[in-house]
Amino acid sequence: MDTDIITVENLTARFGTNIVFEEVSFNVRKGEILVIVGESGCGKSTLLKMMIGLNRPVAGQIRFQGADIFSSGEQILGAYRKSIGVLFQSSALLGSMTLRENIELPLGEYTDLSPEEIDRIIKMKLGMVNLAGYDHHYPSELSGGMKKRAGIARAMALDPQVLFFDELSAGLDPVTAVELDDLILKTNSALGTSMVIVTHELESIYKIAHRVLMLDKQARGIIAEGHPRELKERSTDPRVTNFFRRQKPEASF
Amino acid sequence: MKVNMKAPYTKSYRVEVGSAEGRSVFGLSGDFSISNLSAFTSEIDARIRAIRPAFLTMDFSAIRYLDSAAALAFLTIKKREAQNGVDCAFVHLSNEAERIFSVIPEAALAQPPLKPHTERHNVLIQIGQSSVHIARDLMAFITFIGELIAAAVYTIRHPASLRWKDVLFYMHRAGVDGLPIVALIGLLTGLIIAFMSFLQLKQIGANIYVPALVSFAMVKELGPLMTAILVAGRSGSAYAAEIGTMVVNEEVDALMTMGFNPIRFLAMPKVLATILVVPILTIYSDFFGILGGLIIGVTSLDLTVTTYVTQSVKTIKVFDVVTSLIKASVFAALIAAIGCQKGFQVRAGAQDVGKFTTSAVVTAIFMIVLTDSIFAIMFYYIK
Repeated sequence: MDTDIITVENLTARFGTNIVFEEVSFNVRKGEILVIVGESGCGKSTLLKMMIGLNRPVAGQIRFQGADIFSSGEQILGAYRKSIGVLFQSSALLGSMTLRENIELPLGEYTDLSPEEIDRIIKMKLGMVNLAGYDHHYPSELSGGMKKRAGIARAMALDPQVLFFDELSAGLDPVTAVELDDLILKTNSALGTSMVIVTHELESIYKIAHRVLMLDKQARGIIAEGHPRELKERSTDPRVTNFFRRQKPEASF
Repeated sequence: MKVNMKAPYTKSYRVEVGSAEGRSVFGLSGDFSISNLSAFTSEIDARIRAIRPAFLTMDFSAIRYLDSAAALAFLTIKKREAQNGVDCAFVHLSNEAERIFSVIPEAALAQPPLKPHTERHNVLIQIGQSSVHIARDLMAFITFIGELIAAAVYTIRHPASLRWKDVLFYMHRAGVDGLPIVALIGLLTGLIIAFMSFLQLKQIGANIYVPALVSFAMVKELGPLMTAILVAGRSGSAYAAEIGTMVVNEEVDALMTMGFNPIRFLAMPKVLATILVVPILTIYSDFFGILGGLIIGVTSLDLTVTTYVTQSVKTIKVFDVVTSLIKASVFAALIAAIGCQKGFQVRAGAQDVGKFTTSAVVTAIFMIVLTDSIFAIMFYYIK
């Protein structure tokens, strides 16, 4: 049985003459939480933007249910975007709309549900992220953690098969970050949604990651793949162990 | 395949009606998701209406795919039928299906929306609030002008403290980049005045007064006014948007924590640059306005270029040019100050930036027209 939901094959990203990464290949399995880590500038966000269909790769393919999302036509790319949900670093909630209207946006656009059904789904999604009752609040009236949760509710509006998170807990206090981690785990376990997360937070990585991919700037690609604790304890690559043990390289000061 | 959300729904599910142990049984099989939610709920509702069961069992054993929206729909049907006196039960749920049902927050579905902080008030309160806002805006503007004057005094005493590179940059943006549009609008304004006055004056054989009318109108009023309105639209809005975005990105806070006075650092170069270039743009606009009139004069009024220029020059007094330039400088200061002040009023978000950018342009144009009226009366008595 095919357990891969997204397959990335020989992906290359380049800005002008600067190659960010080249020939990167990996897959996202059904129901797993895949965390992408690496030093600043190694191309994590570039890779994420390609995986959510915003940036086209110079070379390589991103296959979703067998079809390359970039070369199979706009219809496939459009359908892919409806099958994924994305939580951006800033949550990217539309400031001129209430939480209800933010969540209603994809439901109204991509389904033929009745207003009553849409209303029930919005209430359910808000309840799932512990924001029940905040229907008529604007994003500016919420705290950072609440905005993130509202962003997750919007990302989950269409029950996507894959959720992408960019810097999930950046700028949040530790308690709110732990609450978000719990929400991620609960959603993944209950709904079986695959998740791809870009983050630097080691505590969060150890808690939620089923598998980690580590990108490296010098190697221009993936240098490690596996469970975070395994990588920390068993990897022989100092770049990997330094990252997971929060150590600085010997040559640096 | 559940990729195509809005495709004509291929019927990927089945609802088979049977009975067992005195209960009606709906055997569900296939995929139940948000993409076919309307279809399967309609079908189940129709079947319930057709058989009117007293006891209903929904058998989930053959369900291949279930998402949270579909699970919510089943729960809604179950609740509704319970209210109608039907004993409805779900059986043979897989572990996955049970997990999905377990995360549906039933309490949240009944939770009424909390009262948001931004509530609507009656007309009287709204009028009161608007009055307070206007008074606060006025206070904020007066305070800002005071701070700007203090910054200007400091700059005169310490010229090296001014970011001259920025002054040149904004002179280029507000002045050089604005030349084509100022010239075009000036030319067209001159053309229009000449043409309209020619239509009236030719009836009494007073065509010779067209050059005087064009040059007088352009230099005294329309040159400074049209230029100021253009600069308000181009540069005033840009100043508000630029500073507003800096506020949103906390760049202004960063400047303050580094010990910089944001008005001296951000507003002063813009205000000075605008004051320097707007009078030049006004002369430029006057020139093109007279040129527009000349085109009509030469082509339609049978006037020679020399006659037209002589008549124009005879009309314009030094006093008119000086007062025109004074007006242009004051307009420039108003445009830049309002643009910057509105930018500093931004608090959060893209919406605020848009709101205060619009406000910068509208306020600047209002203030230009108001000041122009005051100048008209003032110069009449001075003269």
